Amino acid sequence: MSYKIFKINEELKEFMPPEIVDLEEKATWGNPKRGVMDLPYSKELIEEHSLCAGCPESAAFRYILASLPNPEETIIVNSTGCTSLVFPHIALHTVHSLFGNQNAVASGIKRVLEWRFPDKVKDVVVLAGDGATVDIGLDCTLQSFFRQEKITTICFDNEVYANTGGQESGMTVKGHVFKMAPKGKQWDKVPMWQLAIDSGCHYVARLTVSSPKKVEKVIKQAIYVAREVGPTYIHLYTPCILEIGLNSDDGLEEMRRTDKERFKFFEYMTDEAKEVIQRKKEEGLI
Amino acid sequence: MQKTEQVQYNRAGQRVVSPDYLLFEAPREKQFMTGSEVVKEAVKRASVDASVSYPITPQSEAAHLIGELWVEGYVGVYFRGESEFGVMSEVAGCSMAGARTITTTSGPGTLRAMENFPMWAGSRLPIQLVLMARGVNAPLTIQPDNLEISFLLDTGCMIWHAETAQELFDMILAGFVVAEQPDVHVPIITAIDGFFISHTREAVMLPPDDIALPPYNPYKSPMVPLDMEMAPGRFLRDPYVMKSNYISYAAHTSWQFEVRAAIERSRPYAKHYLRGLIEEFGDPEADIVFVASGTAAAQAKEATLMLLHDEGIKARVVRIKTIRPFPTQELIEALRGAKYVFVPEFNVIGWLEREVRRALYGNLDVPVIGSPRVAGGMTMPPEFIVKEILQFLGKEVKHVV
Repeated sequence: MSYKIFKINEELKEFMPPEIVDLEEKATWGNPKRGVMDLPYSKELIEEHSLCAGCPESAAFRYILASLPNPEETIIVNSTGCTSLVFPHIALHTVHSLFGNQNAVASGIKRVLEWRFPDKVKDVVVLAGDGATVDIGLDCTLQSFFRQEKITTICFDNEVYANTGGQESGMTVKGHVFKMAPKGKQWDKVPMWQLAIDSGCHYVARLTVSSPKKVEKVIKQAIYVAREVGPTYIHLYTPCILEIGLNSDDGLEEMRRTDKERFKFFEYMTDEAKEVIQRKKEEGLI
Repeated sequence: MQKTEQVQYNRAGQRVVSPDYLLFEAPREKQFMTGSEVVKEAVKRASVDASVSYPITPQSEAAHLIGELWVEGYVGVYFRGESEFGVMSEVAGCSMAGARTITTTSGPGTLRAMENFPMWAGSRLPIQLVLMARGVNAPLTIQPDNLEISFLLDTGCMIWHAETAQELFDMILAGFVVAEQPDVHVPIITAIDGFFISHTREAVMLPPDDIALPPYNPYKSPMVPLDMEMAPGRFLRDPYVMKSNYISYAAHTSWQFEVRAAIERSRPYAKHYLRGLIEEFGDPEADIVFVASGTAAAQAKEATLMLLHDEGIKARVVRIKTIRPFPTQELIEALRGAKYVFVPEFNVIGWLEREVRRALYGNLDVPVIGSPRVAGGMTMPPEFIVKEILQFLGKEVKHVV
């Protein structure tokens, strides 16, 4: 149906909230070259996020939504956690169903959309936290990779269960003290990006969200590869400034620091993925 | 239901007919098949878009056969999921994306999947789950037992309980039609007693397989299908969900009431397509009444015949077809004049007895006896039921069981 679904009946326009009118008039629809550089000038697809002030996850949300190449045909699946607070603020079809089943739900959606709309491209993107992706949902996450589902999975890794009050997660760094690990975590951070490669993802990237343009690039690459080849996985560090005792304006510095260590930029792609990315670059879409 | 004026075909190339024609008017031919095979025959005529499967006894064969339909082009999407939890989430995704969706499970699989069922209902997904009930662990059992139905009673799903393979066939078709009504639009669980129905052969009357139900129209759903073909309705500065304030609590409460109200609104549709929410069997004057569902009702019917022929005792059966919605009014009417109500069941807790007691409380003063009751794979021969009645009435027991 394309972005025309956002058109407002002229006679009702004066009664619509301004953010809905802006969505029709100022959002970047129908332009696969849209990106983070549009942020200051266009209507964003996220309305007043509900996260903590200065939360790096909110920056990640804004960059990702600004980078989707095909938002008018994109369905977003999320899970429980801080991320689930944001979804009603997003101007696309989003769904929260359960904690940890996001890749299973996304698999069903993607397969049915391919069957119902064989002549259209509908992107399905999973956005979930590290607890949802790696702990409670690991089975559904990896199985969707094994099955070669054509979806993009994006993990917001804040290395802790933040929304429930700061408990240790599988992504917590060994030794860090959180609730439920009062003596410090006893085992290593799960190398989820490596599991994604071993489980059949065709494009994998690990990074922080300190560089918006880099985020845009990996999002576009991951979505284009998922569309044509198979599952793709992006692992983003979005530190929970609240739980690690930082101020609202410290998030960026924290990410820049980890850019040089455990979240050093890492990228993997299969030959098929390389071909797609190369072609999209030649078309000027990446 | 409206009649199709010009001939239409579904994606499998079958002629689309009205549900009334398919269920009541189309000529039928006699076949001899198992409950699992009957699932395939029903799905074949139901214009099903998607199904996801997972192996567990005794439902596996039905799931295999749906896979064959996918190969033959009658089902659009089919695959094996990773577990029942995954499968029930995958079919949720299929349904959210606008597909008519069916899946099957049994016993421990139902419990593994449990978190999904209230989510289906709350998301207003008209998914059909064919439940082939079996015992739950521990100790390990794969035998017939329908304890799991009790766990599903308050999930917000409709639950129908078929007595025979024939009824399972008709219920699967009717299930989609009722569940997809815009003013209902909640999941439908069509339950049978595993093995007894799934693995035994019986005569069934089937309409031709070149006709099928009208395809599902997701745009009649009370919830927007997740396909980006309609405007999303949830772009809000201050969403009323997931906030700790009064309006958030009130929204959640009214949503839950609405799911239950939707089940209530299914009554007239179910009554039409199932030809009543209950079935009455035996001498209407009899004052000994069995209230039962599923296979227990079939056994009770045989017991009433034995009681009459061998002992000269009049008894009758009120068979409950729909557990959710529960046919409270019909049951009260049917039990007027009853002296004793027996509830035979294939589970250890007697969930149907509880339901019957709740329906009758304050409405009808009649003793309800939760007996006989077997579980864990034990059978309930009619002689066993007769023995219970005779003992209760203080009469001599001649049969040896």
